Amino acid sequence: MSTLFRTTSGGRIDRATTVEFTFDGQTLTGHPGDTLASALLANGRHVVATSVKYGRPRGIAAAWAEDPGGLVQVEEPFPEPMLLATTVELFDGLAAHGLPGQGRLADVPDSARYDAVHAHVDVLVVGAGPAGLAAALTAARAGARVTLVDEQSEAGGSLLGGTDRLDGAPALQWVAAAVAELARHPEVLHLQRTTAFGAYDDGFVLALERRTDHLGTAAPKHLSRQRVWRIRARQVVLATGAHERPVVFADNDRPGTMLAGAARTFLHRYGVLPGREAVVFTTDDTAYDAALDLHAAGVRVQAVVDARPGGSPQRREQCERAGIRVLSGAVVTGTRGDERVTHALVAPFAGGEVGAAGAIGCDLLLVSGGWNPAVHLFSQVRGRLRYDAGRGAFLPGEELDGVVVTGSAAGVADLAGCLADGQRGGRAALARLDIAPTADDRLPAAPDPVVPAAPLVLWRVPDTSGAEGATSFVDLQRDATVADIARAVGAGLRSIEHVKRYTTIGTAHDQGKTSGVLTSGIVAELLGVPVQDTGTTTFRPPYTPVAFAALAGRDRGRLFDPERVTALHDWHVAAGAVFEDVGQWKRPRHYPRPGEDMEAAVLRECAAARTGVGILDGSTLGKIDVQGPDAAVLLDRLYTNLMSSLKVGSVRYGVMCGVDGMVIDDGTVLRLAEDRFLLLTTTGGAAKVLDWMEEWAQTEWPDLRVHCTSVTEQWSTFPVVGPRSRDVIGAVFPGVDVSTEAFPFMTWRDTTLDGVPVRLARISFSGELAFEVYVNPWYAVAVWERLLEAGRPYGITPYGTEAMHVLRAEKGYPIIGQDTDGTVTPHDLGMAWAVSKKKPDFIGKRSFARPANADPLRKQLVGLLPVDRETVLPEGSQIVEFRADGRLPAPPVPMLGHVTSSYRSAELARPFALALVKGGRERIGDTVHVPVGGTLVPVEVTGSVLVDPEGARRDG
Amino acid sequence: MTVQSPSTARTPRTTRTPGADLPDQPDSLWRSAEPRRSYDVVIVGGGGHGLATAHYLAKDHGITDVAVLEKGWLAGGNMARNTTIIRSNYLWDESSAIYEHALQLWEGLEEDLGYPILFSQRGVLNLAHTLQDVRDSVRRVEANRLNGVDAEWLEPDEVRKVCPVVNTSADIRYPVLGATYQPRAGIAKHDHVAWGFARRADQAGIDLVQDCEVTGFASDGDRVTGVHTTRGTIAAGTVALCAAGSTSVLTDMLGIRVPIQSHPLQALVSELLEPVHPTVVMSNAVHVYVSQAHKGELVMGAGVDSYNGYGQRGAFHVIERQMAAAVELFPVFARAHLLRTWAGIVDTSPDASPIVGRTPYENVWLNCGWGTGGFKATPGIGSALAHTIASGEPHPLVAPFSLDRFVSGALVDEHGAAAVAH
Amino acid sequence: MQLIACPWCGPREEVEFSYGGQAHVPYPDSPAELSDEEWAHYVFFRDNPRGRFAERWNHNAGCRRWFNAIRDTSTYRFESVYRLDDPKPVTP
Repeated sequence: MSTLFRTTSGGRIDRATTVEFTFDGQTLTGHPGDTLASALLANGRHVVATSVKYGRPRGIAAAWAEDPGGLVQVEEPFPEPMLLATTVELFDGLAAHGLPGQGRLADVPDSARYDAVHAHVDVLVVGAGPAGLAAALTAARAGARVTLVDEQSEAGGSLLGGTDRLDGAPALQWVAAAVAELARHPEVLHLQRTTAFGAYDDGFVLALERRTDHLGTAAPKHLSRQRVWRIRARQVVLATGAHERPVVFADNDRPGTMLAGAARTFLHRYGVLPGREAVVFTTDDTAYDAALDLHAAGVRVQAVVDARPGGSPQRREQCERAGIRVLSGAVVTGTRGDERVTHALVAPFAGGEVGAAGAIGCDLLLVSGGWNPAVHLFSQVRGRLRYDAGRGAFLPGEELDGVVVTGSAAGVADLAGCLADGQRGGRAALARLDIAPTADDRLPAAPDPVVPAAPLVLWRVPDTSGAEGATSFVDLQRDATVADIARAVGAGLRSIEHVKRYTTIGTAHDQGKTSGVLTSGIVAELLGVPVQDTGTTTFRPPYTPVAFAALAGRDRGRLFDPERVTALHDWHVAAGAVFEDVGQWKRPRHYPRPGEDMEAAVLRECAAARTGVGILDGSTLGKIDVQGPDAAVLLDRLYTNLMSSLKVGSVRYGVMCGVDGMVIDDGTVLRLAEDRFLLLTTTGGAAKVLDWMEEWAQTEWPDLRVHCTSVTEQWSTFPVVGPRSRDVIGAVFPGVDVSTEAFPFMTWRDTTLDGVPVRLARISFSGELAFEVYVNPWYAVAVWERLLEAGRPYGITPYGTEAMHVLRAEKGYPIIGQDTDGTVTPHDLGMAWAVSKKKPDFIGKRSFARPANADPLRKQLVGLLPVDRETVLPEGSQIVEFRADGRLPAPPVPMLGHVTSSYRSAELARPFALALVKGGRERIGDTVHVPVGGTLVPVEVTGSVLVDPEGARRDG
Repeated sequence: MTVQSPSTARTPRTTRTPGADLPDQPDSLWRSAEPRRSYDVVIVGGGGHGLATAHYLAKDHGITDVAVLEKGWLAGGNMARNTTIIRSNYLWDESSAIYEHALQLWEGLEEDLGYPILFSQRGVLNLAHTLQDVRDSVRRVEANRLNGVDAEWLEPDEVRKVCPVVNTSADIRYPVLGATYQPRAGIAKHDHVAWGFARRADQAGIDLVQDCEVTGFASDGDRVTGVHTTRGTIAAGTVALCAAGSTSVLTDMLGIRVPIQSHPLQALVSELLEPVHPTVVMSNAVHVYVSQAHKGELVMGAGVDSYNGYGQRGAFHVIERQMAAAVELFPVFARAHLLRTWAGIVDTSPDASPIVGRTPYENVWLNCGWGTGGFKATPGIGSALAHTIASGEPHPLVAPFSLDRFVSGALVDEHGAAAVAH
Repeated sequence: MQLIACPWCGPREEVEFSYGGQAHVPYPDSPAELSDEEWAHYVFFRDNPRGRFAERWNHNAGCRRWFNAIRDTSTYRFESVYRLDDPKPVTP
């Protein structure tokens, strides 16, 4: 199809280049600079989509993001649902089709990149129309750091869609000069194709830059497709313009019906005639420009239908000179047509009464019901709106700190006014920043504005079609009509929020840009209350829809959350470790040998630690260096047990509770000096414990002279575990006397290895003789390999977290967060021995005395032994009373507790478990049942320490 | 002149996707009542809980001399702002009992209310991403089953069968290790639910009074005698507080301390999309909860904003984090668009369980602290609170949630296991 | 997203901070002497006003110092920030 509706010249398109695209499977052509909408119109195509509820044809009704009609699905180069044809820039190879209300997601991953950038500026100007450019120039000339964002492909705003002149030349020459001048200021960042979509407190504005969308398949892969700008501005100037508002009448959704200003934009910016024969229906003067311009471009303007009784004398005169018929005191009451409009039905209108209609033939029906300032961002940042009854619009109703609204967004109607107001806005922002404007801050000369005739506020034309408003569409995207609003009001609804929800008006893709104020007006009319009282629904971010992936940015996959690895990670990978996520850490869970499953590997690893020697990478354990004369005082207040009595050179296990008396973390404490301790925390609890300590030290006990620092990353830690660990340590550190007498359990020593400082500690999380080796991570691999080398004669075996768990569970050592769940006290864990009775107070102590803590049925940590010696109870299994018949009764079945840890034990040659059981310690020796996959498994309740309860092995 | 009515509109060239629209709302909803001077029962808060309580007072107990006072528009608070997930697969006996009671009522609610509430039992998956998640999940599934709540543990391949768009590959920061599944769980249309309750209550003669903010209470000893409002003073035989995030404002007037904190909680919605997501997916570790609502929009809840706030708005970085989690778990969502964000005010309690029951005033009942669980509890708490008001004794289902549990220490701690630590 | 004025570092992005709830709730001098009810109020009960609130913040991703602030919970606006050893500002 040839582009029959393209003008022969003009517009901002590159006529020398033709691009091919497909729409609904049909191959069409357009030019760079087109949008999909303008290219479709140039091909004579108005019908784009079908409506969501009634399946009615819908066309392009506006020229940018306020369009309620032209919803499309892009298929090539990559599927993207629910875009507006008016905002999709045309490129070669674009394939799209119209939508029936729902979009379609791609079923393949999106390989495009997305990112985010922060910007900190003095003045952010949103909108590069006349007001925004004037504001940006004023601020830039004064030396302010300025960012100017604009959603279109080029600057100019409303000037792109008109014939205005500035300084006696086409206004776009001034725009070009302004852009060039801004580019010369080093502190100015000017972004086009960048939509400010969210405004938040303290000048925080989010904007989406579409960097490569307009390039189609030619988009360079290395560039992010879209970028979120997180802009923190000391002052925000909103020059966001205004949206034209339609008037509602019967069958106003018929394709070919379009906002008047949009038709002007299609003509001047894109060189497209949206039709051949036009009727223009208006309630104010601005639509006359469309009539006159289209007429000048060769469109037969059949009539201007002006609802105002007296019309506009000066505009009538202009039309008469051009030979355009003006019908004042008349309205469009409906349309005719198959898919596209063929006739406008025009009737006299006086005193709110509609007379008999006549049909006027047309293929284009332009409508203007006035202008709604684009106050979305102002409202998002909690600016109050006020209703202006004269123009039927909501305007910014207050001054906000840090926000200035200028131009048509503030209700200024004419070009000269917008320029001056933009400058005023720029200067207002500067004044708040104590920056003086420059003397040469010159505005271009604009023609004197002509005072327009007063507009008429008309929300809807009374429906004379007999449909009672059922085809008078308020929200085209939601297929919501005047009849729907009337039903909502008739049902008893009074709040605009209720009406919105009843009718779903304003909830579609366009978020009610054209329908919102209309709804307020119509509801007010139906209820007989002022529009100010009805108000609007709340404007919420985003201003226009933003792709999920754009907001996700780089925070996906490995970057979704930081991945923490130890200094030995590469070694683990090479050794074939299977990893487990523990907090943000990657920890080896086990090291399977060829042919081994996890169970076999873990049994082997455990056996090595119990009978020979094993080695673990324990570097992820949290480590906190606590220093200061009052370090011991702080620890005494935070641990349940006494730490001040710990001797330098010794180690003590400790438990921390919350104020509510529940265990929050545990670990060992090394006393390094009178005024210095090294705390070991759980891997997952490290940050939490440091926060906890700092909170108490700073907020409650600022008198304590103590400081806490995380040193987790400063020490690699390797427990060397098992009866042969002494041989290994002795061999690697010949200068250290590793005998039990010289190096007793729960003590530490500093030594060196080839000049590298190393700390050794006799700490055991397995019950076996064990030495923990601490070294700077820089030397971790070397020391680890030295230990492996020395251990080779004893079959030293690296083991992972799973074997570690088995070994500790066999000894009844709980894992905080696995064997506890925030409802467990030290007493519940059988750790009364770790709760000081000497200290008058510590965090959590008072809560132990609450009534619920004395409940004999509190859950206590015990061991479980499946009687069949075979079943490994699933962790998390619930425990019930023994049922003689071996069957579960009907629910609800009382539960006694649950299995917290469960493993197969090499040492015990049977499976075992730890569990929290009501009154558990009183039930040792009882048999209870654990439901497992439909059967009841009998288990014996035992003490929690199943291996070496005497503690005979710790010294080897 | 002929008018083309919607039904005779020309056959569209593209057929519309079924289900992209909702059933019509009824032609009559409720009167906007003028408050009378006195009621047997005054319910403060015209959200889901207040309206449901009113409905069950009339239906189950024949008590209709009732006013529901709403400071703004009916059901305009959290009821209008939640993500409509309904489930009862809570860990503790006390919690699963009240939520399962609610779920059973949900199952008959459409009929009870005579209103299309669009209750869709499409199931909910709670994903596990760490070994500790798996343990906690199994623990909850087993507890649910013993309590008669439907629950299953699903391996990753089974998760994929229920919801094919979940990324169950290893190519993800926190791989999906499985999920709990409650088939009877689902979603409903929140406004329809609220309006269904409101309409029934109105039909029973209960006054639903909007734009009526409580400004104080009149009391005599340990009884409250009436409420002062922006629309006059109203005498009350019994008062029930159903004000969710605004509860503290009321209890401050009464001089009662309640351990709740009000936080912004944001949610968001995409444009309408063809069906891709057949169930409800929730994940704590990769913080997402998402369903595809009736018209085709993806509805998601974000994390709670950290600070106390009554502003019904939150910070955008919370939304960005939510989007990252969504795309991480559902790669096909990449080019779905964020259409709208909003926020409610959630009243969080120290143990993440509600606070329901007596107050120091003998005729004032408290109902708050539901946090993120309020919507799903709506019919359950409505019926239990109505019973409580009618009988003067806490219903057994709410008895464990009394205010004095914070003194005794007998909490119902639904925070579950802390981050695993070893 | 707000800009929060850390008393030591100056204005920083909200994401750098963590929230600490109500300020000026001292740890009791002698917890053992408190009744269960008094103790419960210290542990669990905090004010939750709509409007001006004295609360604790921590510049967690910055200087890691705690400080206090007066903030309006309905507008979220910070009225003042002050160090822990500063007296609570007298509000008009």
